[in-house]
Amino acid sequence: MGLLDQRFENSNVFITSMDNLLSWARLSSLWGMQFGLACCAIEMMATGASHYDLDRFGTFFRGSPRQSDVMIVAGTVSLKMASRIKTLYDQMSEPRYVISMGSCSNCGGPYWEHGYHVLKGVDRIIPVDVYVPGCPPRPEALMEGLMKLQEKIRAGSLVEKKTA
Amino acid sequence: MTAHEIHETLKARFGEAILDAKLEGVIDPFVKVAPDKITEVARFLRDDERLQFDLLMCLSGVDYTGGKLGVVYHVNSMKLNQKFVLKVEMTVENPHCQSVESVWKTANWHEREAFDLYGIVFDGHPDLRRILLPDDWEGYPMRKDYQVPEYYNGMKVPY
Repeated sequence: MGLLDQRFENSNVFITSMDNLLSWARLSSLWGMQFGLACCAIEMMATGASHYDLDRFGTFFRGSPRQSDVMIVAGTVSLKMASRIKTLYDQMSEPRYVISMGSCSNCGGPYWEHGYHVLKGVDRIIPVDVYVPGCPPRPEALMEGLMKLQEKIRAGSLVEKKTA
Repeated sequence: MTAHEIHETLKARFGEAILDAKLEGVIDPFVKVAPDKITEVARFLRDDERLQFDLLMCLSGVDYTGGKLGVVYHVNSMKLNQKFVLKVEMTVENPHCQSVESVWKTANWHEREAFDLYGIVFDGHPDLRRILLPDDWEGYPMRKDYQVPEYYNGMKVPY
């Protein structure tokens, strides 16, 4: 928490930029979209359950794309599912993020050669922020992916940069 | 009943419709049935007192290559604890076969799957349309000569 490094010693006052505050707020409550496609979803559920406890990062799953900040594409994206994923992504409000979880949604995984029905990477239809490798990735790996996304949000800004 | 007895019974009842049989040296003995007689044979297998094959365990499509397609039926009798296999063969040019949906309701989705992936047309099926692939899919992917399309709805398919 870079923002809170200064302790609350001076009458609970601290100074920061609005940009920093907004980024901190956003990265601390990344609500995920509740859907899974294959075996990666099982690992994602394990990450959300009590043992790994995603809630402590401010991440928990919402049933509606309208309420979600991050879509975790957990599993094999078949061509039949691809159009649905695109629709769900379009329904999310900005700013929105995508984590591609596991080899299948990264690049097709084991179906890369003979998977006539598999989309070889979800980044062919929607932009991806973080790729988590693994087949399936362990909960620690997914958490690392989330933390990478938090880093990205912390470094970013909602304010459009003025070009000189 | 042994496989030989079942074969004899079917042969006596249906004669020419029973094309071939392999009863020795295989794990599951089978008979080959003409594609336009399979419903009758199936109904007899289900209803006859000595056979009572009341359960269709599996219905599979096969591409034998060389322009030959097939359907394989694994049937089981819960009552008499016996199993048997039926096979049907047809050509790619004329991939028609009778439906056994009226005999075993299990066959409904199985036949739709075989139609979806092998393009085998089951005459008499009440709702023969794709079950796994999208409705606008072209071709039958499990056929050996299937070529993966370059694009599907604007999405590149090959790696």
